[in-house]
Amino acid sequence: MNDRLSAQYWLHEKELTAYSSDAVRDRRRRAMELFEAKGFPSQRDEDWKYSSLKPVLSPHYALNSPCAALEDEHLEYADIKRFLVNELDAYRVVFLNGRYTSWLSDTTHQGFDVCTLSSAWKKYPETIERYFAQLTEDLGPLAQLNTALAWDGIYVVVPDNVVVDRPIQLLSFTSGSEPRAIQVRNLVVLGVNSQVEIIERHQSLSDQPTWTNSVDEAYLAEGAQLRWVKLQHDGPLASMTQHTRIQQDRSSRSQVHTISTGGRFIRNNLDIVLNGPGAEARMLGLTLGKGKQLVDHHTLVDHRAPNCISHENYKGIYDEGSKGVFNGRIYVHREAQKTDAYQQNANLVLHKTAEVNAKPQLEIFADDVRCSHGCTVGQLDEDALFYLRARGIREPEARAMLMLAFAEDALAGIDHPSLNAKLHKLIAGKLGVDLTLDL
Amino acid sequence: MLEIRELYASIGEKEILRGVNLTVKPGEVHAIMGPNGSGKSTLSSVIAGREEYQVTSGDVLWDGKSILELAPEERAHLGLFLGFQYPVEIPGVSVSNFVKTALNAVRAARGEEALDASSMLKKMREALQLLEMDKGFLSRSLNEGFSGGEKKRNEIFQMAMLEPRLAILDETDSGLDIDALRIVAQGVNGLRSAKASFVVITHYQRLLDYIIPDVVHVLLNGRIVKVGDKSLAYALEERGYDWIKKEVE
Ligand SMILES: Nc1ncnc2c1ncn2[C@@H]1O[C@H](COP(=O)(O)OP(=O)(O)OP(=O)(O)O)[C@@H](O)[C@H]1O
Ligand SMILES: [Mg+2]
Repeated sequence: MNDRLSAQYWLHEKELTAYSSDAVRDRRRRAMELFEAKGFPSQRDEDWKYSSLKPVLSPHYALNSPCAALEDEHLEYADIKRFLVNELDAYRVVFLNGRYTSWLSDTTHQGFDVCTLSSAWKKYPETIERYFAQLTEDLGPLAQLNTALAWDGIYVVVPDNVVVDRPIQLLSFTSGSEPRAIQVRNLVVLGVNSQVEIIERHQSLSDQPTWTNSVDEAYLAEGAQLRWVKLQHDGPLASMTQHTRIQQDRSSRSQVHTISTGGRFIRNNLDIVLNGPGAEARMLGLTLGKGKQLVDHHTLVDHRAPNCISHENYKGIYDEGSKGVFNGRIYVHREAQKTDAYQQNANLVLHKTAEVNAKPQLEIFADDVRCSHGCTVGQLDEDALFYLRARGIREPEARAMLMLAFAEDALAGIDHPSLNAKLHKLIAGKLGVDLTLDL
Repeated sequence: MLEIRELYASIGEKEILRGVNLTVKPGEVHAIMGPNGSGKSTLSSVIAGREEYQVTSGDVLWDGKSILELAPEERAHLGLFLGFQYPVEIPGVSVSNFVKTALNAVRAARGEEALDASSMLKKMREALQLLEMDKGFLSRSLNEGFSGGEKKRNEIFQMAMLEPRLAILDETDSGLDIDALRIVAQGVNGLRSAKASFVVITHYQRLLDYIIPDVVHVLLNGRIVKVGDKSLAYALEERGYDWIKKEVE
């Protein structure tokens, strides 16, 4: 697999870098060389101790040109309708097998850019040169692989003091009769006091194994606000590896929800770099695992400036056969006085064959900070279950009610009622109840 | 309507109920008194279907049919209600949605349609009024941060909503102030007039001034050792349990 990917890069480097400066080309090259030198992470790496990439890498993926136009596959609105939050008035950027599908999308350049990276290479080479792969240099081999081979994803650039009027729905589909491996690359650059909201979903439409390797870079200038909902509700043969890195200036705010309810293998890295004083980050996660699923969350909050706040709350519910990993790292630099960092990771393990490995990692070098963290692994409260059942609520509903109640605060801050309703429906479906139950 | 016959129940190796007999007819109020640890809560849990306890022999009949094989929710569907001695705190589930879900579950099990939103609201308002509770209660997480008395009132609120045929109230009076006690009794007596039956577990004769029992039972060491009328409650309050223990020996 390593050799095939490296061959794919060198074969198509010319196409990939056709519109780029030498500097950008060199970034890609260096990334590929790093990947070639290191190869895929193995369980010998501390960061990958509990998660083996073997099942992700074993299918024989079709690897053609990363940037050539779509071949024979086609997608109609009817195919994707159910994956959208339809009631939401939103910009839409839709990809199929890593390529932009304009006829399903609704993008804009009016006042700000909500469009595609594939168009930006040519159209905005300066912005690309300024931002592309500038946050990802030190990341692991999967992110390097993405830097080398990435062609498309969303490109969102918002000028100072502009509030993007509608949320952006990013949908990335995989399909076809062969196993597919795709790279998705998203670039978000927010000017001073600007605001944007992204709802991201990846979905396999095929009965073949798929692997999406995705990297997000987001730059938040002073006072900028970013909200991002990552919905990982993919099919049982779909794998996802993702690295999101958000860099925040003074008084900016980010809020990222990672909702992992489907897929075969999910590895999320979420890094927040708090670079300017008074910046705030909220990271919320909800994982529902069942069957052969593995969901691995690695988060990092890098407190580099004083008076920043980070609030992290990850909830996990693991049923039969599933496996979860939570590794939450908080690094507080010497300069980052008055840091307020909160981290909470709570897990329910519903079955003896389910397993969670949770590890908070706090490295604090400032002396005047408030850091709190907690990590719990428990079972459903039998007393509570009996209480609900004694009132006439059937066992499956009673269980679901308790699980939803447990999960609820990981969904806090999602303000769109239609998105909220959609998420609850997906979650209820995953918990095996038809919920007309609201909480 | 409820008949308990020679009931033995244990948890693990420990036998807690050792041959309980009790018959409750429609509209009757039975009081169970007994020292701490005598098995009162265990008896109510077993009747309500808590799976933790093993029934080793005997039977519990409802309208003449055994309910021992029924799940707790199925017993609730028949019209059984247990007011918990220690109501459970459930963060994230609001009182109103809990009660709605419960009532509609019971209705569905009886083949009745779910109550529409406005009827539901009306019913809740009436129950709140009866119990002199603030409607702010409804949006709070179930029992979370409730005072002892509020938890008990909330139990009676649920009872008023579910309108059971038989309610077991396990020390609902403990932790209530005099006013609350009167209000709770009002809730009980309201249902009582509609032919519901009650098993009231209490340590205090006080409650029985408001809810006048037909029969008073004394549970000691997992067995009902004495049965009497209201005056037995007075005697217990005055003299404690020692004389009964001696009698039994
Ligand atoms: N889950 C359990 N595990 C172990 N022992 C139990 C359990 N439940 C009850 N018991 C024991 O059974 C006995 C009866 O308990 P129970 O709660 O029924 O008493 P009670 O009469 O309700 O007492 P109180 O008046 O204090 O409420 C006690 O000795 C108690 O410790
Ligand atoms: Mg008790």
